[in-house]
Amino acid sequence: MQKKVIFRGVALPVALLLPQLLITGIFFFWPAGQAVWSSFLREDAFGLSREFVGFENFVDVLTDPNYLTVVWNTAVFSVSVAVLAMAVALFLAVQADKAIRAATAFKTLLIWPYAVAPAVAAVLWLFLFHPQIGIFGRMLNNAGIMWDYKINGGQAMTLVIIAAAWKQVSYNFIFFLAGLQSIPKNVLEAAAIDGARPFRRFWTIIFPLISPTTFFLLVVNLVYAFFDTFGTIHALTQGGPGLSTTTLIYKVYVDGVQNLNFGSSAAQSVILMVLVMAMTAIQFRFIERKVHY
Amino acid sequence: MLRRTFAAGALALGLAAPAAAQQQPVEIQFWHGLTQPLGGMLEQIAADFNASQNQVRVVASFRGSYPETMVAAIAAFRAGQAPHIVQMFEVGTGTMMAAGRAVKPLHELLAETGVQIPFDDYLPAVRGYYSLRDGRMMSMPFNSSTAVAFYNRDAFTRAGLNPDEFPQTWQGLEQAARRLKAAGIECPMTMAWPTWTQIEQFSAIHNIPLATQGNGFGGLNAELRINNPLMIRHLQNLVDWQREGLFRYGGRDGQGDALFPNGTCAIIFGSSGLRARVQREAQFQWGVAMLPYYEGVQGAPINGIIGGASFWAMNRGPNATRSAAENRGVAEFFAWLARPEVVRKWHVETGFLPVRQSVFRALEGEGFYRQNPGADIPITQLLRGGGQMTENSMGIRLGGFVEIRTIIQEEMERAFQGQQNAEAALNNAVTRGNVVLRNFERQNRQ
Repeated sequence: MQKKVIFRGVALPVALLLPQLLITGIFFFWPAGQAVWSSFLREDAFGLSREFVGFENFVDVLTDPNYLTVVWNTAVFSVSVAVLAMAVALFLAVQADKAIRAATAFKTLLIWPYAVAPAVAAVLWLFLFHPQIGIFGRMLNNAGIMWDYKINGGQAMTLVIIAAAWKQVSYNFIFFLAGLQSIPKNVLEAAAIDGARPFRRFWTIIFPLISPTTFFLLVVNLVYAFFDTFGTIHALTQGGPGLSTTTLIYKVYVDGVQNLNFGSSAAQSVILMVLVMAMTAIQFRFIERKVHY
Repeated sequence: MLRRTFAAGALALGLAAPAAAQQQPVEIQFWHGLTQPLGGMLEQIAADFNASQNQVRVVASFRGSYPETMVAAIAAFRAGQAPHIVQMFEVGTGTMMAAGRAVKPLHELLAETGVQIPFDDYLPAVRGYYSLRDGRMMSMPFNSSTAVAFYNRDAFTRAGLNPDEFPQTWQGLEQAARRLKAAGIECPMTMAWPTWTQIEQFSAIHNIPLATQGNGFGGLNAELRINNPLMIRHLQNLVDWQREGLFRYGGRDGQGDALFPNGTCAIIFGSSGLRARVQREAQFQWGVAMLPYYEGVQGAPINGIIGGASFWAMNRGPNATRSAAENRGVAEFFAWLARPEVVRKWHVETGFLPVRQSVFRALEGEGFYRQNPGADIPITQLLRGGGQMTENSMGIRLGGFVEIRTIIQEEMERAFQGQQNAEAALNNAVTRGNVVLRNFERQNRQ
């Protein structure tokens, strides 16, 4: 099956590879290398003095009891966002895949939120759930439920999870819909003739057949929850109350940009990088085996 | 037609160019962190300065909140693009003082340019906050505020309380809050700037140390001391009052501000600079009062401390300095800010302090404070206890204080959530805050 192209000489293949290598080098290896280098340094805010401290930044980060809290927050947050965003998207995709009226309008509306910037999305949710000015926030409070995410950590976490997951549903929806549409109709019809009810058809035929899509989305969603949810958290809760919605990436921001501890922030970035590399490797090694292509 | 317009335009440009080169004013970048309406008023002052002469042009631009402005200026300095002047809130003072050649100390700037500013006339609390121990000024004081209580007079009347007698003590305030609650007011008390109003001001007023080394004025080796019995008692009260519904936590930094002008909360402890917004937005009768104290605390109350911000002259980058013309422009703008009419206008319109004593006396003489009851409360509070500042009420000069404030707020929030009591919250804040202080000391050892 494999096609091999034989180049004469080295110049042409190198020239063809070069643009990609340059981009990877400039936009990934160079900044990543700088982060690794700064993680061994301690600097003042203005960059006027620096000191090489070896692994001290890492030791400080890992022995900080609050760091463990943040790791736990990140786990809860990422898993919830991924599961919620994928479950809702799958449900909606299955509904949209049916022959329904105004299917195109329905699909367009579902894809729409993906175009909304994270910070804007967060502000929308803020106006819904703010305890004093939000429609639902006031409704909850009038109904006797003490709703104030500024002082209730559980509520704050719920809110950022919903807001972050909502943004990602559209993306998942597109992929699930494409996956569903690529399932041959005759397979489903055959199962139906054999007497399989819709629920059974879904779990024994559709779900396994879209497993490559599901697996791909799982990786993408976890990476999204890890790295791209900063804007949502910043606009909604700023990591509070206490540390209850501070995730690893948010702590990198707080320590690096707000508190100007570049060494500690860089060390955290490196830890985060290693963590995500390990997670992706595990996913490909173990979960991929269960995926049918 | 079009071509002719172009030709005429080019001719005009050609003629104008030599003249413009002669008159080209020095451009001074000025970054500030004041939201509207205050930001617009500040930009107006810069515009007035520009209109008064043609040598210097100050370009004022808003760079986000105070902390965001600070971060932006520091990042710009590292990139060799720092603004000439940055507005720095008082918690950034410790960091700026230790910033070495990143900043141009005000006393140096004035000595080099020969510009005179009469600092003898400035309020001692203001002057002291921004000067070295020997009295040399490091930055240009401008919008100084202090924390006060604003209260809803209508709500007081409704609860059967005398709106002319705001309780002076926390004990009295607790009773008043209960009456307000009983009268159906859902939020009797709230606060903005939680650590500034409830910990920093509180410590100063009760004459207890926030940190050793005279709150950090004595050196970088200061340690936090906020886990003292009085502070624990106060935070525990706030936590209990919140559970009882007498007090509401309004969020970090200035987030709580919104709860007062819209009528939700009857009392707020906030910046005196909130006055402009209350004046504009409140649909009810309101009053201003001094911060309460605990009855029975030895020596309390004394003067509170200032907040707000000052203006720092910055060098362009780690390897770049300013020209003499640029320094001169910055110094002249500072001198403009010190003019009595500028100080007076800013104070009258915003509720920030009249930083010059002569302005305060002049306004007093004209009966301004009789016509605007409460506008003098911030100054009265700064002079409370005879105006003799102690080392606990001079101010705070801790490095990394922005981070320490966040830490204290986080620990307070945990207490308000019921995850820990006040004592544990303050102990944790001290432990975590001291780590920040030690790191800062180490990074800035010269």
